[in-house]
Amino acid sequence: MDWFDTWWTGIQDKFYLCFIEDDRYTLLINGIGITIKVSIFAVVLGLVIGFLIASCNLSKNRFFNLIGKVYTDVIRGTPSVTQLMIVYFVIFGQFLSFVNWDKWIIAGIAFSINSGAYMSEIIRAGILSIDKGQTEAGRSLGLNGRQTMFNIVIPQALKNIFPAMCNEFITLIKETAIVGYVGLVDIQKAGDFIKSTTYEAFMPLIGTAIIYFVIIKVLTIALGRVENALRKSDHR
Amino acid sequence: MIRIKNLHKSFNDLEVLSGIDEQINDGEVVVVIGPSGSGKSTFLRCLNLLETPDSGEIYVDDEQINSKDADVNRIRQKMGMVFQHFNLFPHLTVMGNITLAPVKLKKMTKEEAVATGNELLEIVGLAEKADSYPAQLSGGQKQRIAIARSLAMKPEIMLFDEPTSALDPEMVGEVLDVMKNLAKSGMTMVVVTHEMGFAREVATRVLFMDEGKILEKGTPDEIFDNPQNERTRQFLSKVL
Repeated sequence: MDWFDTWWTGIQDKFYLCFIEDDRYTLLINGIGITIKVSIFAVVLGLVIGFLIASCNLSKNRFFNLIGKVYTDVIRGTPSVTQLMIVYFVIFGQFLSFVNWDKWIIAGIAFSINSGAYMSEIIRAGILSIDKGQTEAGRSLGLNGRQTMFNIVIPQALKNIFPAMCNEFITLIKETAIVGYVGLVDIQKAGDFIKSTTYEAFMPLIGTAIIYFVIIKVLTIALGRVENALRKSDHR
Repeated sequence: MIRIKNLHKSFNDLEVLSGIDEQINDGEVVVVIGPSGSGKSTFLRCLNLLETPDSGEIYVDDEQINSKDADVNRIRQKMGMVFQHFNLFPHLTVMGNITLAPVKLKKMTKEEAVATGNELLEIVGLAEKADSYPAQLSGGQKQRIAIARSLAMKPEIMLFDEPTSALDPEMVGEVLDVMKNLAKSGMTMVVVTHEMGFAREVATRVLFMDEGKILEKGTPDEIFDNPQNERTRQFLSKVL
Protein backbone atom coordinates (compact mmCIF):
# COMPACT_ATOMS: atom_id res chain seq x y z
CA MET A 1 0.00 0.00 0.00
CA ASP A 2 2.92 2.29 -0.67
CA TRP A 3 1.05 4.28 -3.30
CA PHE A 4 -1.69 5.04 -0.81
CA ASP A 5 0.72 6.28 1.83
CA THR A 6 2.49 8.46 -0.71
CA TRP A 7 -0.83 9.86 -1.94
CA TRP A 8 -2.18 10.43 1.59
CA THR A 9 1.02 12.13 2.70
CA GLY A 10 0.78 14.35 -0.40
CA ILE A 11 -2.75 15.36 0.48
CA GLN A 12 -1.75 16.12 4.05
CA ASP A 13 1.20 18.20 2.90
CA LYS A 14 -0.93 20.18 0.48
CA PHE A 15 -3.62 20.69 3.09
CA TYR A 16 -0.97 21.96 5.50
CA LEU A 17 0.52 24.19 2.84
CA CYS A 18 -2.78 25.68 1.74
CA PHE A 19 -4.62 26.14 4.99
CA ILE A 20 -2.29 25.82 7.99
CA GLU A 21 1.06 27.30 6.99
CA ASP A 22 1.26 31.02 7.76
CA ASP A 23 -2.25 30.68 9.24
CA ARG A 24 -3.74 30.88 5.76
CA TYR A 25 -7.06 29.51 7.05
CA THR A 26 -7.63 32.90 8.69
CA LEU A 27 -7.95 34.36 5.18
CA LEU A 28 -10.86 32.03 4.55
CA ILE A 29 -12.43 32.66 7.96
CA ASN A 30 -12.29 36.41 7.38
CA GLY A 31 -13.61 35.79 3.87
CA ILE A 32 -16.63 33.95 5.27
CA GLY A 33 -17.29 36.99 7.46
CA ILE A 34 -17.20 39.32 4.45
CA THR A 35 -19.44 37.09 2.33
CA ILE A 36 -22.00 36.82 5.12
CA LYS A 37 -21.92 40.51 5.98
CA VAL A 38 -22.34 41.60 2.36
CA SER A 39 -25.09 39.03 1.77
CA ILE A 40 -27.15 39.88 4.84
CA PHE A 41 -26.85 43.60 4.19
CA ALA A 42 -27.85 43.11 0.54
CA VAL A 43 -30.80 40.84 1.38
CA VAL A 44 -32.25 43.29 3.90
CA LEU A 45 -31.78 46.41 1.81
CA GLY A 46 -32.71 44.44 -1.33
CA LEU A 47 -36.05 43.49 0.22
CA VAL A 48 -36.74 47.14 0.98
CA ILE A 49 -35.83 48.17 -2.56
CA GLY A 50 -37.76 45.22 -3.99
CA PHE A 51 -40.85 46.17 -2.05
CA LEU A 52 -40.61 49.82 -3.13
CA ILE A 53 -40.09 48.94 -6.79
CA ALA A 54 -42.92 46.40 -6.66
CA SER A 55 -45.16 49.12 -5.20
CA CYS A 56 -44.13 51.40 -8.07
CA ASN A 57 -44.94 48.74 -10.63
CA LEU A 58 -48.31 47.94 -9.02
CA SER A 59 -49.26 51.58 -8.54
CA LYS A 60 -51.91 53.21 -10.69
CA ASN A 61 -49.66 56.25 -11.04
CA ARG A 62 -47.95 56.26 -14.46
CA PHE A 63 -44.90 58.11 -13.21
CA PHE A 64 -44.21 55.46 -10.54
CA ASN A 65 -44.85 52.74 -13.15
CA LEU A 66 -42.17 54.29 -15.33
CA ILE A 67 -39.65 54.46 -12.48
CA GLY A 68 -40.26 50.82 -11.65
CA LYS A 69 -40.03 49.70 -15.24
CA VAL A 70 -36.84 51.61 -16.03
CA TYR A 71 -35.22 50.35 -12.83
CA THR A 72 -35.93 46.68 -13.49
CA ASP A 73 -34.99 47.06 -17.16
CA VAL A 74 -31.63 48.64 -16.46
CA ILE A 75 -30.68 46.26 -13.67
CA ARG A 76 -31.70 43.14 -15.54
CA GLY A 77 -30.03 44.38 -18.71
CA THR A 78 -26.55 44.86 -17.27
CA PRO A 79 -24.09 42.42 -15.62
CA SER A 80 -23.92 42.54 -11.86
CA VAL A 81 -20.13 42.87 -11.91
CA THR A 82 -20.49 46.03 -14.02
CA GLN A 83 -23.10 47.36 -11.59
CA LEU A 84 -20.83 46.59 -8.63
CA MET A 85 -17.92 48.43 -10.22
CA ILE A 86 -20.08 51.40 -11.21
CA VAL A 87 -21.45 51.69 -7.68
CA TYR A 88 -18.01 51.35 -6.13
CA PHE A 89 -15.77 53.32 -8.50
CA VAL A 90 -18.19 55.79 -10.05
CA ILE A 91 -20.94 56.48 -7.55
CA PHE A 92 -19.02 56.12 -4.28
CA GLY A 93 -15.60 56.67 -5.87
CA GLN A 94 -16.38 59.97 -7.59
CA PHE A 95 -19.83 61.42 -6.98
CA LEU A 96 -20.00 60.49 -3.32
CA SER A 97 -16.27 60.35 -2.66
CA PHE A 98 -16.74 62.26 0.60
CA VAL A 99 -18.63 59.26 2.02
CA ASN A 100 -16.26 57.07 3.97
CA TRP A 101 -18.14 53.86 4.37
CA ASP A 102 -16.58 50.44 4.70
CA LYS A 103 -16.07 48.63 1.44
CA TRP A 104 -18.40 45.83 2.44
CA ILE A 105 -21.25 48.28 3.00
CA ILE A 106 -20.77 49.78 -0.45
CA ALA A 107 -20.65 46.30 -1.97
CA GLY A 108 -23.79 45.42 -0.02
CA ILE A 109 -25.54 48.46 -1.45
CA ALA A 110 -24.50 47.45 -4.97
CA PHE A 111 -25.85 43.93 -4.53
CA SER A 112 -29.08 45.18 -2.96
CA ILE A 113 -29.66 47.44 -5.95
CA ASN A 114 -29.18 44.43 -8.18
CA SER A 115 -31.14 41.94 -6.15
CA GLY A 116 -33.91 44.45 -5.42
CA ALA A 117 -34.87 44.43 -9.09
CA TYR A 118 -35.31 40.66 -9.12
CA MET A 119 -37.04 40.65 -5.74
CA SER A 120 -39.48 43.32 -6.92
CA GLU A 121 -40.64 41.05 -9.72
CA ILE A 122 -41.10 38.16 -7.28
CA ILE A 123 -43.05 40.38 -4.88
CA ARG A 124 -45.16 41.85 -7.67
CA ALA A 125 -46.09 38.43 -9.02
CA GLY A 126 -46.85 37.24 -5.48
CA ILE A 127 -49.21 40.12 -4.77
CA LEU A 128 -50.95 39.71 -8.14
CA SER A 129 -51.42 36.00 -7.42
CA ILE A 130 -53.84 36.77 -4.58
CA ASP A 131 -57.47 36.60 -5.67
CA LYS A 132 -59.23 39.93 -6.07
CA GLY A 133 -62.03 38.60 -3.85
CA GLN A 134 -59.64 38.82 -0.88
CA THR A 135 -59.20 42.54 -1.39
CA GLU A 136 -62.93 42.97 -1.92
CA ALA A 137 -63.72 41.08 1.27
CA GLY A 138 -61.29 43.26 3.22
CA ARG A 139 -62.60 46.50 1.75
CA SER A 140 -66.24 45.45 2.25
CA LEU A 141 -65.54 45.09 5.97
CA GLY A 142 -64.45 48.71 6.03
CA LEU A 143 -60.68 48.22 6.04
CA ASN A 144 -58.87 50.80 3.93
CA GLY A 145 -56.57 49.90 1.07
CA ARG A 146 -53.43 49.89 3.18
CA GLN A 147 -54.96 47.82 5.99
CA THR A 148 -56.24 45.32 3.43
CA MET A 149 -52.85 45.11 1.75
CA PHE A 150 -50.89 44.58 4.97
CA ASN A 151 -53.32 42.36 6.87
CA ILE A 152 -54.81 40.27 4.09
CA VAL A 153 -52.95 40.39 0.78
CA ILE A 154 -49.30 40.56 1.82
CA PRO A 155 -49.43 37.79 4.47
CA GLN A 156 -50.84 35.44 1.83
CA ALA A 157 -48.50 36.69 -0.87
CA LEU A 158 -45.49 36.08 1.40
CA LYS A 159 -46.30 32.41 1.50
CA ASN A 160 -46.44 32.21 -2.29
CA ILE A 161 -43.35 34.36 -2.66
CA PHE A 162 -41.25 32.46 -0.18
CA PRO A 163 -39.78 29.67 -2.34
CA ALA A 164 -38.82 32.07 -5.13
CA MET A 165 -37.39 34.46 -2.57
CA CYS A 166 -35.22 31.68 -1.06
CA ASN A 167 -33.86 31.06 -4.52
CA GLU A 168 -33.02 34.72 -4.84
CA PHE A 169 -31.21 34.73 -1.46
CA ILE A 170 -29.12 31.78 -2.57
CA THR A 171 -28.34 33.35 -5.93
CA LEU A 172 -27.36 36.53 -4.13
CA ILE A 173 -24.91 34.77 -1.80
CA LYS A 174 -23.17 33.14 -4.75
CA GLU A 175 -23.25 36.38 -6.71
CA THR A 176 -21.22 38.10 -4.00
CA ALA A 177 -18.23 36.02 -5.14
CA ILE A 178 -17.38 38.92 -7.45
CA VAL A 179 -16.63 41.40 -4.65
CA GLY A 180 -12.95 40.75 -5.26
CA TYR A 181 -13.32 43.19 -8.16
CA VAL A 182 -13.54 46.06 -5.71
CA GLY A 183 -10.79 44.80 -3.42
CA LEU A 184 -12.82 42.91 -0.82
CA VAL A 185 -11.45 39.57 0.34
CA ASP A 186 -14.44 37.26 0.54
CA ILE A 187 -14.39 33.46 0.43
CA GLN A 188 -13.69 33.37 -3.30
CA LYS A 189 -10.93 35.96 -3.16
CA ALA A 190 -9.35 34.26 -0.14
CA GLY A 191 -9.23 30.99 -2.03
CA ASP A 192 -7.77 32.82 -4.97
CA PHE A 193 -5.04 34.37 -2.80
CA ILE A 194 -4.09 30.98 -1.43
CA LYS A 195 -3.97 29.60 -4.94
CA SER A 196 -1.59 32.29 -6.15
CA THR A 197 0.74 32.16 -3.14
CA THR A 198 0.96 28.36 -2.98
CA TYR A 199 0.67 27.58 -6.69
CA GLU A 200 -1.87 24.96 -5.65
CA ALA A 201 -5.25 25.03 -7.43
CA PHE A 202 -7.06 21.94 -6.14
CA MET A 203 -7.12 22.52 -2.38
CA PRO A 204 -8.05 26.21 -2.25
CA LEU A 205 -10.68 26.04 -4.98
CA ILE A 206 -12.35 22.86 -3.75
CA GLY A 207 -12.17 24.33 -0.24
CA THR A 208 -13.88 27.49 -1.48
CA ALA A 209 -16.62 25.45 -3.14
CA ILE A 210 -17.20 23.38 0.00
CA ILE A 211 -17.52 26.49 2.18
CA TYR A 212 -20.12 28.05 -0.14
CA PHE A 213 -21.96 24.75 -0.32
CA VAL A 214 -22.14 24.36 3.45
CA ILE A 215 -23.34 27.93 3.99
CA ILE A 216 -26.10 27.51 1.42
CA LYS A 217 -27.07 24.06 2.67
CA VAL A 218 -27.50 25.36 6.21
CA LEU A 219 -29.52 28.31 4.90
CA THR A 220 -31.73 26.03 2.79
CA ILE A 221 -32.53 23.84 5.79
CA ALA A 222 -33.35 26.86 7.94
CA LEU A 223 -35.55 28.43 5.26
CA GLY A 224 -37.32 25.10 4.73
CA ARG A 225 -38.31 25.12 8.40
CA VAL A 226 -39.68 28.65 8.06
CA GLU A 227 -41.66 27.64 4.99
CA ASN A 228 -43.27 24.73 6.83
CA ALA A 229 -44.35 27.10 9.58
CA LEU A 230 -45.83 29.45 6.97
CA ARG A 231 -47.81 26.58 5.46
CA LYS A 232 -49.56 25.89 8.76
CA SER A 233 -52.92 27.18 7.52
CA ASP A 234 -52.87 24.82 4.50
CA HIS A 235 -52.99 21.67 6.56
CA ARG A 236 -56.32 19.97 6.52
CA MET B 1 -82.28 53.07 4.58
CA ILE B 2 -80.80 53.09 1.09
CA ARG B 3 -82.02 55.37 -1.69
CA ILE B 4 -80.80 54.90 -5.23
CA LYS B 5 -81.42 57.53 -7.89
CA ASN B 6 -80.92 57.02 -11.61
CA LEU B 7 -77.92 54.70 -11.25
CA HIS B 8 -75.87 54.05 -14.39
CA LYS B 9 -72.85 51.80 -14.82
CA SER B 10 -71.01 50.61 -17.92
CA PHE B 11 -68.07 48.30 -18.40
CA ASN B 12 -66.29 49.60 -21.49
CA ASP B 13 -69.07 49.77 -24.08
CA LEU B 14 -71.45 47.49 -22.25
CA GLU B 15 -74.12 49.26 -20.25
CA VAL B 16 -74.82 47.05 -17.24
CA LEU B 17 -77.07 49.36 -15.25
CA SER B 18 -79.23 51.76 -17.16
CA GLY B 19 -81.08 53.90 -14.69
CA ILE B 20 -81.99 52.25 -11.41
CA ASP B 21 -84.27 54.00 -8.93
CA GLU B 22 -85.07 52.23 -5.72
CA GLN B 23 -85.53 52.71 -2.04
CA ILE B 24 -84.78 50.07 0.54
CA ASN B 25 -86.21 50.74 3.98
CA ASP B 26 -84.92 49.59 7.33
CA GLY B 27 -85.93 46.04 8.18
CA GLU B 28 -86.77 45.13 4.60
CA VAL B 29 -85.52 41.94 3.00
CA VAL B 30 -85.25 42.77 -0.68
CA VAL B 31 -84.50 39.89 -3.00
CA VAL B 32 -83.21 40.71 -6.46
CA ILE B 33 -83.88 38.12 -9.14
CA GLY B 34 -83.25 38.05 -12.86
CA PRO B 35 -81.34 36.26 -15.59
CA SER B 36 -77.52 36.13 -15.75
CA GLY B 37 -76.03 39.36 -17.01
CA SER B 38 -79.06 41.38 -15.98
CA GLY B 39 -76.93 43.60 -13.77
CA LYS B 40 -78.17 42.41 -10.39
CA SER B 41 -74.72 41.66 -8.95
CA THR B 42 -73.36 44.95 -10.29
CA PHE B 43 -76.30 46.73 -8.69
CA LEU B 44 -75.52 45.11 -5.35
CA ARG B 45 -71.80 45.85 -5.65
CA CYS B 46 -72.57 49.50 -6.35
CA LEU B 47 -74.37 49.73 -3.01
CA ASN B 48 -71.09 49.40 -1.10
CA LEU B 49 -69.03 50.91 -3.89
CA LEU B 50 -67.09 47.79 -4.85
CA GLU B 51 -68.15 49.11 -8.24
CA THR B 52 -68.11 52.85 -8.77
CA PRO B 53 -71.28 54.08 -10.46
CA ASP B 54 -70.79 56.17 -13.61
CA SER B 55 -73.66 58.43 -12.66
CA GLY B 56 -76.56 58.57 -10.28
CA GLU B 57 -76.78 58.93 -6.54
CA ILE B 58 -76.78 56.44 -3.69
CA TYR B 59 -77.78 57.56 -0.22
CA VAL B 60 -77.36 55.51 2.93
CA ASP B 61 -79.21 57.09 5.84
CA ASP B 62 -79.44 60.32 3.84
CA GLU B 63 -75.68 60.53 3.31
CA GLN B 64 -74.60 60.38 -0.33
CA ILE B 65 -71.98 57.65 -0.43
CA ASN B 66 -70.78 58.14 -3.99
CA SER B 67 -69.90 61.78 -3.59
CA LYS B 68 -66.26 62.82 -3.68
CA ASP B 69 -65.90 63.58 0.01
CA ALA B 70 -67.84 60.59 1.37
CA ASP B 71 -65.86 58.45 3.80
CA VAL B 72 -66.24 55.16 1.94
CA ASN B 73 -64.48 53.04 4.57
CA ARG B 74 -66.71 54.27 7.37
CA ILE B 75 -69.85 53.77 5.26
CA ARG B 76 -68.80 50.22 4.37
CA GLN B 77 -68.58 49.40 8.08
CA LYS B 78 -72.35 49.84 8.20
CA MET B 79 -72.86 47.38 5.34
CA GLY B 80 -71.80 43.75 5.51
CA MET B 81 -71.25 41.86 2.28
CA VAL B 82 -71.38 38.13 1.64
CA PHE B 83 -69.83 36.88 -1.58
CA GLN B 84 -70.58 33.98 -3.89
CA HIS B 85 -67.10 32.56 -3.35
CA PHE B 86 -67.01 33.26 0.41
CA ASN B 87 -63.64 35.05 0.22
CA LEU B 88 -62.59 33.93 3.68
CA PHE B 89 -59.02 34.82 4.55
CA PRO B 90 -57.20 31.48 4.21
CA HIS B 91 -54.20 32.52 6.31
CA LEU B 92 -56.33 33.21 9.39
CA THR B 93 -58.33 30.90 11.62
CA VAL B 94 -62.09 31.21 11.72
CA MET B 95 -61.79 33.41 14.80
CA GLY B 96 -59.05 35.41 13.10
CA ASN B 97 -61.33 36.01 10.14
CA ILE B 98 -64.11 37.25 12.38
CA THR B 99 -62.05 39.46 14.69
CA LEU B 100 -59.68 41.04 12.14
CA ALA B 101 -61.83 43.97 11.04
CA PRO B 102 -63.44 44.89 14.41
CA VAL B 103 -60.02 44.92 16.08
CA LYS B 104 -58.10 46.69 13.28
CA LEU B 105 -60.80 49.32 12.99
CA LYS B 106 -60.74 49.81 16.76
CA LYS B 107 -64.40 49.00 17.06
CA MET B 108 -63.67 46.44 19.78
CA THR B 109 -60.79 45.25 21.91
CA LYS B 110 -59.39 41.83 21.12
CA GLU B 111 -61.32 40.32 24.06
CA GLU B 112 -64.61 41.91 23.05
CA ALA B 113 -64.13 40.78 19.47
CA VAL B 114 -63.47 37.20 20.55
CA ALA B 115 -66.55 37.25 22.78
CA THR B 116 -68.65 38.61 19.91
CA GLY B 117 -67.05 36.04 17.62
CA ASN B 118 -68.06 33.21 19.91
CA GLU B 119 -71.64 34.48 20.06
CA LEU B 120 -71.81 34.72 16.28
CA LEU B 121 -70.32 31.25 15.82
CA GLU B 122 -73.02 30.00 18.14
CA ILE B 123 -75.67 31.70 16.01
CA VAL B 124 -74.37 30.19 12.74
CA GLY B 125 -73.96 26.83 14.45
CA LEU B 126 -70.19 26.50 14.18
CA ALA B 127 -69.04 27.18 17.72
CA GLU B 128 -66.54 24.31 17.61
CA LYS B 129 -64.76 25.66 14.50
CA ALA B 130 -63.21 28.78 16.04
CA ASP B 131 -59.66 27.49 15.70
CA SER B 132 -60.06 25.80 12.31
CA TYR B 133 -58.63 27.22 9.11
CA PRO B 134 -60.94 27.88 6.14
CA ALA B 135 -59.29 25.03 4.20
CA GLN B 136 -60.69 22.62 6.79
CA LEU B 137 -64.32 23.68 6.26
CA SER B 138 -67.02 22.66 3.79
CA GLY B 139 -68.52 25.21 1.44
CA GLY B 140 -71.63 25.66 3.54
CA GLN B 141 -69.55 26.12 6.67
CA LYS B 142 -67.32 28.66 4.90
CA GLN B 143 -70.32 30.71 3.87
CA ARG B 144 -71.78 30.65 7.38
CA ILE B 145 -68.42 31.86 8.70
CA ALA B 146 -68.40 34.58 6.04
CA ILE B 147 -71.81 35.72 7.31
CA ALA B 148 -70.52 35.70 10.89
CA ARG B 149 -67.48 37.70 9.79
CA SER B 150 -69.69 40.40 8.29
CA LEU B 151 -71.97 40.46 11.31
CA ALA B 152 -69.00 41.01 13.62
CA MET B 153 -68.85 44.60 12.36
CA LYS B 154 -72.43 45.01 13.61
CA PRO B 155 -73.68 46.29 10.26
CA GLU B 156 -77.07 47.91 9.74
CA ILE B 157 -77.46 46.40 6.29
CA MET B 158 -76.36 43.05 4.87
CA LEU B 159 -75.73 42.52 1.17
CA PHE B 160 -75.69 38.97 -0.23
CA ASP B 161 -74.26 38.35 -3.68
CA GLU B 162 -75.50 34.92 -4.78
CA PRO B 163 -74.50 33.40 -1.43
CA THR B 164 -75.53 29.86 -2.31
CA SER B 165 -74.58 29.66 -5.99
CA ALA B 166 -71.18 28.09 -5.38
CA LEU B 167 -72.46 25.50 -2.92
CA ASP B 168 -73.24 21.82 -3.28
CA PRO B 169 -77.04 21.46 -3.28
CA GLU B 170 -77.08 19.72 0.07
CA MET B 171 -75.32 22.67 1.72
CA VAL B 172 -77.64 25.36 0.43
CA GLY B 173 -80.17 24.79 3.20
CA GLU B 174 -77.83 25.44 6.10
CA VAL B 175 -76.82 28.81 4.66
CA LEU B 176 -80.38 29.82 3.85
CA ASP B 177 -81.42 28.91 7.39
CA VAL B 178 -78.85 31.31 8.80
CA MET B 179 -80.11 33.99 6.44
CA LYS B 180 -83.73 33.35 7.38
CA ASN B 181 -82.92 33.76 11.07
CA LEU B 182 -81.07 36.95 10.27
CA ALA B 183 -84.11 38.26 8.41
CA LYS B 184 -86.34 37.35 11.34
CA SER B 185 -84.08 39.32 13.68
CA GLY B 186 -84.97 42.44 11.69
CA MET B 187 -81.78 42.93 9.70
CA THR B 188 -82.10 45.01 6.54
CA MET B 189 -81.02 42.69 3.72
CA VAL B 190 -80.50 42.93 -0.01
CA VAL B 191 -80.10 39.48 -1.52
CA VAL B 192 -79.19 38.58 -5.08
CA THR B 193 -80.11 34.94 -5.51
CA HIS B 194 -81.54 32.23 -7.71
CA GLU B 195 -83.24 30.58 -4.73
CA MET B 196 -86.87 31.35 -5.56
CA GLY B 197 -88.09 29.43 -2.53
CA PHE B 198 -86.09 31.71 -0.27
CA ALA B 199 -87.39 34.77 -2.09
CA ARG B 200 -90.98 33.65 -1.70
CA GLU B 201 -90.63 32.73 1.95
CA VAL B 202 -88.42 35.47 3.34
CA ALA B 203 -88.54 38.50 1.05
CA THR B 204 -90.61 41.50 1.97
CA ARG B 205 -90.15 42.67 -1.61
CA VAL B 206 -88.83 41.13 -4.81
CA LEU B 207 -87.17 43.07 -7.61
CA PHE B 208 -86.98 41.56 -11.07
CA MET B 209 -84.08 42.92 -13.12
CA ASP B 210 -83.21 42.49 -16.77
CA GLU B 211 -80.92 44.41 -19.12
CA GLY B 212 -79.82 46.81 -16.43
CA LYS B 213 -83.29 47.88 -15.34
CA ILE B 214 -85.71 46.96 -12.61
CA LEU B 215 -88.61 45.73 -14.75
CA GLU B 216 -90.97 44.75 -11.98
CA LYS B 217 -91.17 44.92 -8.23
CA GLY B 218 -93.63 43.84 -5.63
CA THR B 219 -94.35 41.45 -2.81
CA PRO B 220 -93.36 37.83 -3.42
CA ASP B 221 -97.02 36.96 -3.97
CA GLU B 222 -97.42 39.66 -6.59
CA ILE B 223 -94.24 38.71 -8.45
CA PHE B 224 -94.52 34.94 -8.30
CA ASP B 225 -98.28 34.46 -8.56
CA ASN B 226 -99.31 37.36 -10.70
CA PRO B 227 -96.38 38.83 -12.65
CA GLN B 228 -97.37 41.77 -14.84
CA ASN B 229 -94.31 42.08 -17.05
CA GLU B 230 -93.86 39.73 -20.01
CA ARG B 231 -90.13 39.28 -19.27
CA THR B 232 -90.88 38.42 -15.65
CA ARG B 233 -93.35 35.77 -16.76
CA GLN B 234 -90.84 34.27 -19.21
CA PHE B 235 -88.11 34.20 -16.60
CA LEU B 236 -90.27 32.67 -13.90
CA SER B 237 -91.67 30.05 -16.22
CA LYS B 238 -88.11 28.83 -16.77
CA VAL B 239 -86.88 28.85 -13.17
CA LEU B 240 -89.93 27.78 -11.19
